Amino acid sequence: MEHVADPLVKKPSALRSQSETIGFVIMTAALVIAPFVTYPLFLMQAMCFALFACAFNLLIGYVGLLSFGHALYFGWASYLSAYSAKAWGFPPELAILTGTATAAVCGVVAGSLAIRRQGIYFAMITLALAQMMYFFALQAKFTGGEDGIQAVPRGVLFGLIDLKNEMSMYAVVLVIFLAGFMFIYRIIHSPFGEVLKAIRENEARAISLGYKTDRYKLVAFVLSATLAGVAGATKAIVLQLASLTDVNWPMSGEVVLMTLVGGLGTIFGPVVGAFAILVMQFKLAPIGEWVLVIQGAIFVSCVLLFRRGVIGEIANKLHIRL
Amino acid sequence: MFEIFGIPSTALFGQLLIGLINGSFYALLSLGLAVIFGMLNIINFSHGAQYMMGAFTAYLILQYSGLGYWPALIIAPIIVGITGIIVERLFLQRLYKLDHLYGLLLTFGLALIFEGVARNYFGSAGLPYTVPESLRGGQNLGFMFLPNYRAWVIAASLVICIGTWFVIERTRLGAYLRAATENPMLVRAFGINVPRMITLTYGFGVALAAFAGVMAAPIYNVSPQMGSELIIVVFAVVVIGGMGSILGAIITGFGLGVIEGLTKVFFPEASNTVIFVIMAIVLLVRPAGLFGRRA
Repeated sequence: MEHVADPLVKKPSALRSQSETIGFVIMTAALVIAPFVTYPLFLMQAMCFALFACAFNLLIGYVGLLSFGHALYFGWASYLSAYSAKAWGFPPELAILTGTATAAVCGVVAGSLAIRRQGIYFAMITLALAQMMYFFALQAKFTGGEDGIQAVPRGVLFGLIDLKNEMSMYAVVLVIFLAGFMFIYRIIHSPFGEVLKAIRENEARAISLGYKTDRYKLVAFVLSATLAGVAGATKAIVLQLASLTDVNWPMSGEVVLMTLVGGLGTIFGPVVGAFAILVMQFKLAPIGEWVLVIQGAIFVSCVLLFRRGVIGEIANKLHIRL
Repeated sequence: MFEIFGIPSTALFGQLLIGLINGSFYALLSLGLAVIFGMLNIINFSHGAQYMMGAFTAYLILQYSGLGYWPALIIAPIIVGITGIIVERLFLQRLYKLDHLYGLLLTFGLALIFEGVARNYFGSAGLPYTVPESLRGGQNLGFMFLPNYRAWVIAASLVICIGTWFVIERTRLGAYLRAATENPMLVRAFGINVPRMITLTYGFGVALAAFAGVMAAPIYNVSPQMGSELIIVVFAVVVIGGMGSILGAIITGFGLGVIEGLTKVFFPEASNTVIFVIMAIVLLVRPAGLFGRRA
């Protein structure tokens, strides 16, 4: 938007061109140290939501598509992961894979319907499809209805690592989160990602340049859904629980909020946003329903006052990419 | 009593009636959404919350001033409509130059605030609101029993819907509105205060939602979450009908209500999801919606 390339501007300094790498090192270091400082279970949950928000951001931030139904992929992956681990006795790696595959299939179906309409309709369609799948989850026997699937066994990863150990589980979640994060980074900075950004800026122009934008949008949608599925499936193993909360529309709203707070279209924004929102929910849990009001107020103030989000504002002030 | 397709007629017509009632609310709400979208280019996510506010305003009017249903049916939409005007002046007018998505996000935030406040003060359980004296009882039509209040809801929403259609499509005011939707700059150049028209349009759309809320109060319980699930269904209705046509919104609203009611008779498990399934089919067959124009 404001970044107009000026040939007279001197070459960016080493710090500026490396800002993303430096940010990544700081983030990784913080996540390695963090479990010795605060609750590992909380951090694992936050990393799952951070990955979820990053996956969501891939669509809104880089293709300009607002999906208001991402709870579908997160929640259904969570259900299938929990169910396959508990009822079929799948080891955790297979359970997470099952959940992820479920999300991918849902992504193909919902994505190919939703991309048939643009802009505001896209948001409404994704929301409506997610609500439909919420009702399926509510009625289906295997989801356990209001109770959800509880006491999911964490199992033994690859038959080697016992995940009942909190630190082993933490290490696994950290690896999954970082792998997902780097995968998204690679997508954004690939030629494919450049086409996505072109669609975001001007879809008609991208079409006139010969790109089949619908295919690009669908692939981006499926990638986003699949990664949201990784997050949901992992969350089910970590918290040993899959419930209706994960598939219901407030969850879709929450991931929008996380990404908006951190910064739409920034690499680190969704991570910061997810941690910020979860800390807020954790701290404010005693005041009950007011959390909803505060979340609403954050939405309103983000849209009116700082649309770039926390990370977006910082990056803009320092003239760096984050 | 007789049977149709092995279903007792009372059950069939009973569900048909419930379908028409739900359809009335779908029609009123999707009409409001379409009117607001036409002028403001914003999808009003807080529409469901404003419907809920209408019901609660009626409830509070009864609690604190003792005024019953009929005064509330006039006063509550005016009060909620004024809050809508304040929202438009304070927040929405800052967003018109931005991407439409910000309007959706902002109104979603407002919906959370409204619902959260209602939950704090009234709890999640529903509050009762009685049917007005003059509309108690019902008619025995032979094949079914028709409660007076439900007949009134269907008739009233039909009148409001057709009245709105008439004002927008057939009057001078409506012509200004439609012109301002097409080309606001030109209409301004003719000396018409377009920003004020936008504000009043939003107020009117919100008042419509509140009106629906007051009418819903005696049928469903008055509860903070009564709007949030309804609005998602209404979004699907809007996707099916397309927001280009006022009449289209009305027909789609009633039609889908009836289909949903019939599904409850023949295949109850699918009654929650049938509208979403129809939406998916419409997207496959006619992506622009039944009454929409290809953008």
